[in-house]
Amino acid sequence: MFRRLLPLLVLIAATLPAAAQERVLNVYNWSDYIDPYAVARFTRETGIRVRYDVYDSLETLEGKLSAGRSGYDIVVPTSEPTFARLLRAGALRPIDRAAIPNWRNLDATLMERVAGIDPGNRHGAVYLWGTVGLGIRVDRVRAALGPEVALDSLDILLRPENAQRLARCGIMVMDSPTDVLPSVLRWLGRDPNGHAAEDLRAAEQALMGIRRHVRTIIASSSILDALATGEACVALTYSGDVIQAQARAREANRGVEVGYVMPREGAQLWFDMLAIPADAPNPDAAHAFINFLLQPDVMAGITNHVRYPNAVPASRPLVDEAVRNDPNVFPPPEALARSFVAGTPPREAERERTRLWARFKRGR
Amino acid sequence: MTRRLLLAPVAAWLLVFVAAPAAILLAIALAEADPGVPPFRLALAAAGFSMLVADAYYLDALLSALGVAAMTALLCLALGYPMAIGIARAAPRRRVLLLAALMLPFWTGFLLRVGAWIGLLRDEGWINGMLRAAGIIEAPLPLLYTDGAMLAGMVHAYLPFAVLPLFAALLRLDPTLAEAAADLGARPPVVFLTVTLPATLPAATAGFLLVFIPAAGEFVIPELMGPPEAQLVGRVLWQEFFQNRDWPVAAALAVALLALLLVPIRLFQRIEARP
Repeated sequence: MFRRLLPLLVLIAATLPAAAQERVLNVYNWSDYIDPYAVARFTRETGIRVRYDVYDSLETLEGKLSAGRSGYDIVVPTSEPTFARLLRAGALRPIDRAAIPNWRNLDATLMERVAGIDPGNRHGAVYLWGTVGLGIRVDRVRAALGPEVALDSLDILLRPENAQRLARCGIMVMDSPTDVLPSVLRWLGRDPNGHAAEDLRAAEQALMGIRRHVRTIIASSSILDALATGEACVALTYSGDVIQAQARAREANRGVEVGYVMPREGAQLWFDMLAIPADAPNPDAAHAFINFLLQPDVMAGITNHVRYPNAVPASRPLVDEAVRNDPNVFPPPEALARSFVAGTPPREAERERTRLWARFKRGR
Repeated sequence: MTRRLLLAPVAAWLLVFVAAPAAILLAIALAEADPGVPPFRLALAAAGFSMLVADAYYLDALLSALGVAAMTALLCLALGYPMAIGIARAAPRRRVLLLAALMLPFWTGFLLRVGAWIGLLRDEGWINGMLRAAGIIEAPLPLLYTDGAMLAGMVHAYLPFAVLPLFAALLRLDPTLAEAAADLGARPPVVFLTVTLPATLPAATAGFLLVFIPAAGEFVIPELMGPPEAQLVGRVLWQEFFQNRDWPVAAALAVALLALLLVPIRLFQRIEARP
């Protein structure tokens, strides 16, 4: 018996050192949020194997990191609230700039907008960013609300008479109070970060006014699918998801035309940050990966693929013309000036918001 | 001595996989929420439990989850009885085939099966597509994200847990009993109610509980197929854990669910113990 096993044992022993030397990078990123070619290229250039895992909500990411020892080397939390909260909880590792020569490629103005929560930008680099707005089926919305309707405001969704007329063709809202309530408050003319009782009451009233007409309240990844197949005709979600759905719908060529509405009231702006968990098993590989991503040609490839703007200005000329000139991908300066960044509410306000959200979902 | 030795693995199993997790859960339920990794500080605080009592939201979530679980279990029994009777009465070779047909879907991933249901029920899905092609409807029927979709998914997921104990009991049931009842003039429904049902009641209770207990805490099916208003305890637990990041309240809720589930389990033991 032993003699028969011997060659096998020798074989295992021979492969052991090789396995121990193999470097692995564990990436935890949003779903549909990278150019798959970039990952393959990173492995080819550095010899570091990438184990790539995805989430479709910030809550899942934060839950895993809060438990500790998540095993991930790179995570991509959104600036507010998750990145800010992880920072406060001490769950992120300071980044060693010396290991990332490409850090200088980053847009200083964009990085400045995150420095408020991460002084000196010590814990994260902006990966991609975008806005929150409406994905719509232009023809259906025109058919329901009249050909003259202005497609530039949250009025389409939040005015009950509009929602009522659109109910039949499918209204969806992403299941994320942190990404929906600020826009609703702004539409009401209130402070998007307000969490006083009267602010929340007003937001709740606005949401309840359209609740009967909302088909479902679901994770943004499901909304992307529903927009691409034409099952949703109005959906409140992330800009890049709408633009990806638009591309998918065109590929499918079944007569579904998806458009993005960046609210003129002022859109919520968010930044997804490349960050390293405090207990990352391979921080060196994580630094190498950030450095790799911040190259202009790599970033251009990612923006081409996922249709979100990046924070490396030198990549702009390398981005496909159609994407580069799409105002929904790269908002014009005047629209950016009206946009706002959501804050991180205190814990008790957070529970009030979650409870409000649960009432909205239940419809009572 | 030998008896103790034989019981040792069982005791170890219970200690490691039942008692220890329950103790950890209780410890977190009594902890204080605190931003950090992990997001709580061990203490003897009642904040988690007092929150459950103070806000009717949680009781509502618990009760509606128990309601949906009971409904699922009853539907599983209603479907399970004819299936189990059919399988038990089949010729032995066909019986194997029928059992395989019952179990086969369980060899595919759970999420995959939920995904298949979504594919059937969505607006552009198979059912709406066929109805539309047949000219029966013009606009798609809203099938997905309804209570019906949620129940269909739950019943499909848990059906074998109801069928298998019923099947085992029916196999042991002497067929001459039913024949005798029929000979004495009882019609099939009467035979079922007066002979089959009483004789298989413990198995039906077991099947009910095997479905009811996991269904009460179900998260995935209500989340992916149910209407947004179905805020069952599984979803509320998720919210407390992930959205509010309040692990003590989430743990307290899990302890409360566990305590509520002990009631039917105790009831079941009574029925089992009955001569």
